Amino acid sequence: MIVDLIKFLRHRLRRVIQVCCMILALLAGYDGLLLDKDKAHTAAENLPGFWAVFGFVSCVVIIFVSKWFGKLGITRQEDYYDQ
Amino acid sequence: MINNLWLHPGLILMAGALALPLVKGRLFRPYLLLVPILAFGAVLWMPQGVFGVFPFLEWDLTFGRVDRLSLVFANIMTLMCIIGTLYGLHVDNPFEMAAAWIYVAGSLGVIFAGDFLVLFLFWEVMAFSSVFLVWFRRRPESVWAGFRYLLVHAAGGLVLLAGIVLLYHATGDLGFHLLDVSRPTVPVYLILVGFMLNAAVPPLHAWLPDAYGEATVSGAVFMCAFTTKTAVYALARGFVGMEILIPLGVVMALYGVVYAVLENDARRLLAYHIISQVGYMVAGVGIGTELAINGTCAHAFAHILYKGLLFMGVGSVLYMTGKSRFTDMGGLYSRMPRAFVFTLIGGLSISAFPFFSGFVSKSMIVAAGFDDHLYWAAFLLTLASAGTFLHTGLKVPYFIWFGKKNCTKDTWEKAEDPPMHMQLAMGIAAFLCIFIGVYTPYLYDMLPYAATYEPYTAYHVTESLQILLFTALGFFIFLKKLTPEALISLDMDWFYRMGGRVFRLGASKGMDYLSARAHKYLGEALPSRLNTFFQSGPARLSLMLIRPLWYLTGVTVKGPHGVEKRFMDTFNRSLFTIGSTAVFTIIMLMVLLFFIT
Repeated sequence: MIVDLIKFLRHRLRRVIQVCCMILALLAGYDGLLLDKDKAHTAAENLPGFWAVFGFVSCVVIIFVSKWFGKLGITRQEDYYDQ
Repeated sequence: MINNLWLHPGLILMAGALALPLVKGRLFRPYLLLVPILAFGAVLWMPQGVFGVFPFLEWDLTFGRVDRLSLVFANIMTLMCIIGTLYGLHVDNPFEMAAAWIYVAGSLGVIFAGDFLVLFLFWEVMAFSSVFLVWFRRRPESVWAGFRYLLVHAAGGLVLLAGIVLLYHATGDLGFHLLDVSRPTVPVYLILVGFMLNAAVPPLHAWLPDAYGEATVSGAVFMCAFTTKTAVYALARGFVGMEILIPLGVVMALYGVVYAVLENDARRLLAYHIISQVGYMVAGVGIGTELAINGTCAHAFAHILYKGLLFMGVGSVLYMTGKSRFTDMGGLYSRMPRAFVFTLIGGLSISAFPFFSGFVSKSMIVAAGFDDHLYWAAFLLTLASAGTFLHTGLKVPYFIWFGKKNCTKDTWEKAEDPPMHMQLAMGIAAFLCIFIGVYTPYLYDMLPYAATYEPYTAYHVTESLQILLFTALGFFIFLKKLTPEALISLDMDWFYRMGGRVFRLGASKGMDYLSARAHKYLGEALPSRLNTFFQSGPARLSLMLIRPLWYLTGVTVKGPHGVEKRFMDTFNRSLFTIGSTAVFTIIMLMVLLFFIT
């Protein structure tokens, strides 16, 4: 059953991606237009789609900073400790 | 430890573990389940108060201080012990489960300890029993990882003991309660370091991915739950409001995320995310408000379940295929669909997706940070939570069950959903992850303080969904960047792995060099020189005196027919030589005597 569902979705990958993009747009739109931001902790959060941008930027920062950090000599061949 | 009808759940597990090798045959597996269920029952029906007080020398040792803080930790630990035992039901080695139970008993001992002496006793029980969960994997790497684990924990235990002894010396009090965190003294710092090592606070954290990556399949499920969370309990008991824990917790949260990007081994990746998640709890203890402490306890509770679930999911892949590196897997969804769903539930829980357990626990700590105007900490912890979803929610499921198929034919054929008992254990943990996320009073009613926090507001749900879904967008855009590589990352264990090597090399090469030099100079060169000196010394001395006279008389001195050669021949042969050597020796002895006296 699980496998069938995954295969069903994989065969319609383009449609799945379209739906996902639509959800993202709706979410950011809801945040910008309708959401009551009384519970915001800081003023910056009142910007429309603040947390969407925060999430995306966090993701990019984490990927690139970590990769850069790894290249400083942290990543080694797997037999490093055996030599 | 039965006192006023109070039974220590750790005692049940220890007695159960000691009798375990004697139980054989058809009773073995029912017995395995019965013992942790009894321990869980003992916690569920436990009254609050102080029990199990024994006089020992001049102290009263307290084995059973039961309050809301200890009960919430004991509850989840005994519950996890049932799930872990169910998951490990296939293990035929009775000593592995016995070690696991004694390890859990050690954790429970710490949690109910009312004084530092009892705490230290059980602290060491934990380290010395859990190491067997690494060793029983029986790979050469596991043996060495186990020794490193033991080495680090023995060192941490000694620091803790030093702190306890100094604290007792200074205050005369052994009671384990809130320490003076506003004006910390040296003993308080030493105890803090001891606790921090078990909580895997960098730079004292490298034992964790090192050992958990090498542990047995079911051993890792136990290990991921107990050591760090017992340390979190100890911090929440003794160090509430210690401000240095806030930056340390934030560093932990980010550190684990950074290393998780680089990691190729699925279980080591999960281990790095333990550091990250425990970072939230450590920061919560540092913030120290009622909301933060509630958040710390709630997150520890939720964490034990979802991290156990994740280790079970990834462990089941390792159990079936023998592989745990992403570069050996991929595309397994059609072979192990249930393991995928369970792991995904664990991943969504740790990522704090709405309606999963992390959502109702982690957000309490972040909210406590915002409430306390610690904006930098709250924002950085939120950033780390994006990283958590990036790895545990996306990278782990994607690169094991989807992505490029890196499996060999052998791995592919071996890959199947694990045995029923493993699926059942994962199913229970998955159910609880969702149950806690949906029905908040179950967890909130157990917390030390009255919980007024409301996670399901439109703002909070929208905030979380935006962070998570836009992180997912980033993941798929930069998928290529995140493709695992067959590399390892150096961490703080480098210092004791390579440091030990440098010491060994230094010691062996240094000693070899010293021995060779000593042999050359003291053993060979010096005696031979002394020998020559005493043999021909008198002759040469006489020669020095007589040579100027010969030059004056004009005889041939050098050459085969010269007087010098004849003189030396005579000297070497004649009695005169013996006499003069004796005289010379006596002079030398007298000179020596003069200097000695």
